[in-house]
Formats: sequence, C-alpha cells, structure tokens
Amino acid sequence: MTLRFASLVAAAILAAAPALADLVVPNLSYRTGPYGANGTQYADGFNDYFTLLNERDGGIGGQKVQVPECETAYNTEKGVECYESTKGTGALVYNPLSTGITYQLIPKVSVDKIPLYTPGYGRTSAKNGKVFEWVFNAPANYWDGASVIVKHLLDLNGGSLDGKKIALLYHNSAYGKEPIRTLQELGKKHGFTLTELPVDAAAGQEQKSQWLQIRREKPDYVIMWGWGVMNQAAIQEAANVRYPMDQFIGIWWAGSEVDVKPAGAAANGYKSATFHGVGTEYPIYADLNKFVVEPGKASQGGEHVGSVLYSRGMYAALVIAEAIRKAQELSGTPTVNAAQVRDGFEALEITPERLTELGLPDFGPEITMTCENHGGSGMARIQQWDAAAGKWTLISEFTEPDQEVLQPLIDADSEAFAKEAGITLRC
Amino acid sequence: MEQFLYAAEVVVNGLMAGVMYALVALGFVLIYKASGVFNYAQGVMALFAALTLVGLQNGQVPFAHMINATFGTHLDTFGWTLPAIVAIALTALVMVGLAIAIEKLVLKHLVNQVPIILFMATIGLAWFLEGLGDVMWGADIKMLDVGVPKGASEALMTVTEQWTGYGFYIDRLDIWAAAIAAMLVAALMVFSQYTKQGRALRAVADDHQAALSVGISLRFIWVLVWSIAGFVALVAGIMWGSKSGVQFSLSLIALKALPVLMLGGFTSIPGAIVGGLIIGVGEKLFEFYVGPLVGGATENWFAYVLALIFLVFRPQGLFGEKIIERV
Repeated sequence: MTLRFASLVAAAILAAAPALADLVVPNLSYRTGPYGANGTQYADGFNDYFTLLNERDGGIGGQKVQVPECETAYNTEKGVECYESTKGTGALVYNPLSTGITYQLIPKVSVDKIPLYTPGYGRTSAKNGKVFEWVFNAPANYWDGASVIVKHLLDLNGGSLDGKKIALLYHNSAYGKEPIRTLQELGKKHGFTLTELPVDAAAGQEQKSQWLQIRREKPDYVIMWGWGVMNQAAIQEAANVRYPMDQFIGIWWAGSEVDVKPAGAAANGYKSATFHGVGTEYPIYADLNKFVVEPGKASQGGEHVGSVLYSRGMYAALVIAEAIRKAQELSGTPTVNAAQVRDGFEALEITPERLTELGLPDFGPEITMTCENHGGSGMARIQQWDAAAGKWTLISEFTEPDQEVLQPLIDADSEAFAKEAGITLRC
Repeated sequence: MEQFLYAAEVVVNGLMAGVMYALVALGFVLIYKASGVFNYAQGVMALFAALTLVGLQNGQVPFAHMINATFGTHLDTFGWTLPAIVAIALTALVMVGLAIAIEKLVLKHLVNQVPIILFMATIGLAWFLEGLGDVMWGADIKMLDVGVPKGASEALMTVTEQWTGYGFYIDRLDIWAAAIAAMLVAALMVFSQYTKQGRALRAVADDHQAALSVGISLRFIWVLVWSIAGFVALVAGIMWGSKSGVQFSLSLIALKALPVLMLGGFTSIPGAIVGGLIIGVGEKLFEFYVGPLVGGATENWFAYVLALIFLVFRPQGLFGEKIIERV
C-alpha cells in the first residue's frame, strides 16, 4: 500500500514537473481577487502565445516551452512565494505583472541570476542596464508613458501647455506614485501646473472627494494612473460630473476594455496611452485560431482573444520568446539557461521586419536593448475608446518620449540605488 | 461664500456616501444582533448576490467554464434574459437557499461554541463564497443595470444654481440609495416590532436561553436572520454594483462598514445608519480641509481613527447596548 502510494506521488511529481530539456517560463498570474478580471486576460495572452509556438513551431529552436502558472492574487507576499517555489524548476525569466512584486524580486533575481522582464511596469529606472543587470523593461516604462501623454497634450495645444492645469489622479501606491516626479519636471519645462489627487488603494470604488475637487478646479486635463476598480469608478465619476472624456487620459494600465465598459456610452472618447496595437486584425490571429483556439488549447477557452490586456500578455510572451531565441543563437545551444537568456535580452533586436514576420506588423515599436539600455526606445501611442463600436482606436503614431527630461531622472534614481546597494556600474 | 458652498456640497455628498456604507453595515448588524456572530462574509455575500443577479439577468450558464473544460462543450448563455425584477426575486431566493445551507452545513455544528469560533467559520465562508462566485459566474467585470439612474441630478443642480449661484452635484444613484436605505430600515423596524417572527428574533437577540425556554427555534431564527442579511447584501450589491460594475473588489466594501459599526454600535440598526452618515460626512470634510495639507487619500485612515476614538470613550458605539459582565 505504502509502495503504491509512493509510486503514485512520484508519478504525480514527474507529471507536474517540466521535462528536463524544456524551456521553463513561469507565469506569475492573478486570476482571483479584486484585480482578477485584469490579470486573467493578460495571463491568457501570455499562455496562448507559448502554446502557439509549441503547437505550430514545436517550441523555440526545437525546444518546447513549459509555462507553469502560479496565482499571486496581485499580492506581493504571494508573488514572492510563487517566485521561490518556481525558481528551482529551471525558470528562465519572470514577468510578475505587479510593480510591488517587481520591487521585491529585483534583489532576489540579482542573487539567483534569473532575468526579470517588466514591460510597462515595475521600477522605471531599471532601464539603466549599468545598474540593473538582471532587469529589463522595454519597450516602455511609466516615465515614457507620462512623457508621451504630455507630448499628446502638446500636440493638441499647438505645442504649448503654458498656464494649463493638469490633475493627476493616482492609485496611492508605489505604482501610482511613479509618474509624479516626471510630471513635475515636465510641468516646469512646459509651464503647466500639476494637482496631485491620490485615491486610497483599498477604497478605489469611492472617489467622490477627488471628483468634487476636479469639478471645482476644472483642470484642463486629467491624467489617471489607476488599476482595477479604481479605473472603472473614475471613468464613471468623470461621466457623472460631466468631465469631458477626451480630456481624460489614462496610462496603459487604465486603458483596457474592462475599464471603460461598465460606464457604457458615457465612456465614449476616453483616451489612454499604449505601447502596442489592439484588436484581432493582425495575421498572427489566423495562426492563433488554427493552432490554439479551434483545437481547444486556448487558455480559459480563448474568450479574451484580441482584448487590450490579452494583446499585452501576448506581446510580453513574444519579447521573451525572441530573447530566448537570441540566447540560443548566441550560445549555440537550444537548451539555454537563465544567464544565457539574460544575454539574449541584452542583445535583443526586434525590428519592424521581424514583427511583420511574427505576424504582428506595426504592433509595437522597434526594440533594441544594449548593456546600457534595458528599456528600449520608450515609444508609445494614444488610443481612444469608441463606445458605439465597443473598441479602441489608435489615434496617434508611436511617439518618442522626452529623453532630455527623462534620462537625467533615470540616471539619478538608478545611481542612487546603485550607491545604496553597493553595485558597481557595468558597461 | 464660495468655500462655504463647496463645503456644503462636500457635506451632502458625504451624507450620500455614508448611506452607501450603511447599506453594507446593516447586514453585519442583523446577524450580530441575533446571534452574536461578526459575519466576516457579509461583503462577499454582497458580491455573490450581485454576481448571481447579473448572471440570472443575462441568462448566463452557471459553472460554464467548468462544464466546458470537463466535457468539451461551448456553453455560455441560455439565450434568454430576465427582467430586473424577476432576476432580483430569484436572487433573493438563492440568498435564502444560501442561508439554509449555511445553517445546515456550518452553524448547526457550531452551537454553543465561543464567538471566536463562529467568527472564524465566517472567514472560511467568505473565501468559499468568493471562490464559488468565481467558478459559477467567472471573474470578468459585469455591467449591472436594474434601471437605477446614474449621473448628476439636473433638477437639483438647477434649483441650487438659482438659490445659491452654485449648482450642487449629487449622483442620482446616491439619491436612490438613500431612499432605498430608508425603506429598508423602515421595513426591518416594522418586521421586528410587529411580526411574530420579528418578535422571536428580538427575543433571541435579548436572551438565547430564555427564548429557547419559551419554544423559539434557534435554528429557524438563524435561517431567518441570515436570509434577511442575504437580502440586505443583495440590495448593497445592487447599489455598489450599479456604480462601477460587478467585480470581485465589491467584497472590499466591507472595509468601509467596519468603522461604521464601531461608531454606530454592532447591535443597532439606527446606529448603522447614523454611523454611516457620520463616517461619510467626516471623511469627506477631512479630505476637503486637511487632505491637501497631508498628501490626500485620508478617507480610510480618518474613518478608522474616528472609530477608534469612539471606541475609547464609548466602547459599545453610539447606539450599542452597554456591555455589562457580572461575575
């Protein structure tokens, strides 16, 4: 009896563990809790891209990719537990989709020598590869997002924001506070005043105080740094106090279908930044349907295919897959390890031609990472919600952020971190 | 004058927010009053009720994901929709069923246990219900439309503009919430004062042993009170879900009910209302005057600090029964 039980346990462990030669990319996802609606779509896109590679191409360089999923519930402690419990499986890279978890993992990945990929979130100054050897955040970071939004406002105002009032409505957390310094600096440069309106992270559903203040002060524009229910509540309150939707712009984490749909037609015209395309009108979706959705292999049945957050999860998986491919090319072996994948990230180049080959023409900006630059060009664009059609429309081309303002901030922040952590600058 | 009008607008909106908090707090009071149990699951019950309501209204197949994954089917909806009133009635029945199940599967086995055990059971219940809601109806954010109007009240804006020169903003949903809360409290008062079951409920609340000795069934009263709390959760779920969609963060509204209960008292229905109004107005005024000086986002902090101050000077809350332990 004991022997039979032991063999059953052994069989279960062997079945659950990745095969020795597989490439392992854990998916630290959140499908439950207050942020589950957002996390589910991202995780589905992430899983489905690797399923596509496995089913269509036999993996990457002939090696299948295993994507073990671990539920973090967007909770920092659980996220760290997930990291600790999966790193021993041969994990090649982590993408935890949480700024809080990212901050906790940065010192850990440096010790464990596993790359951390945080596209559009995490620690902005990790762009500086001289300090953050194991962290990559291309194609864009929060400060890029803030700058691209301000550039859009400049375009709308004939190149000047002098005397304009801009309110920043933000999630009162490490994530929400990220753009403040950048917007202050951009305010000095372009002459706008910034009003900061924090929203309690635990009580995002109730924003009366903030919107009464917006109603009184009538800022020319409201920029939102929200996540989860804070976004839906803010868009509804904006509609309630009749704040013009086309003057309300969110960062990319406040620009998905789940954010605008609860407000119905009232959300029409709301804008957000984004660093990738939207919708299913890309050639890759024909393959996704053929190899993943139709055979019933899509994550959660494929019900979120083509949504903003699904596309973002898929894009993150694509960049990781390309980094692994680059690592295989550099090392001359298909069975790469985490350190080799880091080298792959650092030498990564995703040109427009390569994106077209991958079935996503003009989906994202060109990505070139180097030893110094782990954040790419930072280019982003603006999209606008069309409530009648129920879809986002891209209304600007990819725009470069104001590096003249951003680079000194990134250097100062990363070098302060290096000093504090006793890191010797690389490159 | 302008500052005064702004402050008045903040006060009115604070009162309205307070009503929304009180709607959640009422469910806690009912169960605590009748059984001495602090029902940690009350916020999740509001979420579960709202999920069920939307699911029934849209004709969604419950457990569709699980069925599809197991049998390879592609079930999603039944292809019909239900009128709001029918869906609300059916959801109320589901909440009664839930109350019966809770009594049979959990409470019955915990009779005579100390309150902390019952409290822990409600923590387990909260996690169970959250998971059940997810598996039954999915994690997506759902739009809830039962015909409650939303957006600024034009009439009020025009009238106040004429009287004061400043058009006050009040969300019509909040006005409805205030009216519904008033009706709910009145109905609960009438029920507890003038019906046999209501009197039995009060008797159990006053003294379990004495109530049992005159033949009142404790198990029936528990089912009754959990059913009423389930209905109150449904009302809270409708009002909060109409605001910004039905989603899993709805369970966090319980966080706003706690300071209301600490302030108003755990055993008083009027206390829940008055506590809600004080918290609502207090937190909004504090944010208006002090928030800008300390970096803002003070509302939750203020609500709990105010409740703490009340606890120090009046542990039973404003309307709670004085705690007297004889040795």
